[in-house]
Amino acid sequence: MKDLRVWGLKKSPWVYHLAAASCNNCDIEILELLTPRYDVERFGAVLVGSPRHADALLVTGVINRKSLPRVLEVYEQTPKPCLVIAIGTCACNCHIFRNSYNAVGPYDKYIPVNAYIPGCPPKPEAMIMGIVKALSKL
Amino acid sequence: MSAWLSGWRLVIAFVGTVIVVPAAGLVLTWVDRFVSARVQWRKGPPFYQPFADVLKLLLKQTIVPTGAARTVFLFAPLVGIAGMSLVAVMLFYSNLGVVVAQRTSFVGDIIVILYSFALVPLAFIIGASASRNPVAAVGASREMTLYLGYELPFVLALLVPIVKVAQKWDVASALRLGGLIAYQQQFGPFLYSISGVIAAIIILFVIQAKLGYVPFDIPEAEQEIMSGVIVEYSGAPLAAFRITRAMMFVLLPLFLLTVLWGGIGDWWAILKFLLIVVLVVLMKNTNPRLTIHQALTFFWFILAPLGIVGLVLAFIGL
Repeated sequence: MKDLRVWGLKKSPWVYHLAAASCNNCDIEILELLTPRYDVERFGAVLVGSPRHADALLVTGVINRKSLPRVLEVYEQTPKPCLVIAIGTCACNCHIFRNSYNAVGPYDKYIPVNAYIPGCPPKPEAMIMGIVKALSKL
Repeated sequence: MSAWLSGWRLVIAFVGTVIVVPAAGLVLTWVDRFVSARVQWRKGPPFYQPFADVLKLLLKQTIVPTGAARTVFLFAPLVGIAGMSLVAVMLFYSNLGVVVAQRTSFVGDIIVILYSFALVPLAFIIGASASRNPVAAVGASREMTLYLGYELPFVLALLVPIVKVAQKWDVASALRLGGLIAYQQQFGPFLYSISGVIAAIIILFVIQAKLGYVPFDIPEAEQEIMSGVIVEYSGAPLAAFRITRAMMFVLLPLFLLTVLWGGIGDWWAILKFLLIVVLVVLMKNTNPRLTIHQALTFFWFILAPLGIVGLVLAFIGL
């Protein structure tokens, strides 16, 4: 039963794209993953419209005071065997906004993060590698 | 009831139908994704992909949103599956007893199938309304409007073979699937006449709308209202909805084959079936989404008059 569950999760990670507050750069690179050039649908990954359907949250951008409650709400709305993948240096450690008055810190202060993919923005290859490593740790 | 389908054989046939049709539907979902991928010049997922999706959803946590009508919310997906199982059993039952085709179905089973297909949009509407989500409510209202749109041309198109059988052959077997199949075995499929072609075109568009595929995926527009009717579903109920859609993907082309293209008694039926499926997938891949107002206008003011023209031609005998 457990094996089946892990197999299912590995073979069809549906991703939800959660942009907390970003310059859109990571978002554009995430969207590039779904284009025919990188085609992550061949691994079963589909971009879903609702966090209820998601298995992996791709979080980008540095959390600020306004977006923190929303991020927590979306995380609570996701059904639970779910991965959180922090994409971009902002999501990993706040990057240049570290000392900003409204940045409340990286994601792992609030929700458990399974993979960190640094870069500003990270290359699509790096994202695929990060997601694969997060999945193989299941 | 034919002799070879009675007693425990009937039970086995029922269980087999209820297992085989979802499996075939999931494989067809893969065909859909594979053809879409090839159209977009990419590789596409492996064939077990829909099975992995459903398995994962079945073993995931199910969340019932606060304030939702819990029982209705969780039972709505089963309504759709029940309707599709009923259609599956009736279709195969009247098709595979071809030798005694006229006796393997009851009068009016076309009407029963028509309303069983309506159980699926009903399940989506009930589930979405029970989920207490404004986005799902928008999706439910769109689903209702779309259903009102496609049902009129669908009935008009189904009347074409019925009128033909009633005029040329036998009034009593006009409303039976078995009667339609027996007529086609005797006089050739309805599709090889002008009114039959018109009916087939209409039913092809209706299949697209019933499946919720792209020109008519208005109720669950992912980019617009976040999957609309199924936005609050997670885990096993979501898997149930996906299985319902998969079963529909098998049964609607089979229904078109049965009523217009000579039944599914012979091996040619597989090729015809795949042709219809590929047509549906190509239509899905080459069209943008319509608004609900455009879809309604299309069904009521283009397809319904076309259906009336087909009906008149069928009365004349063309």
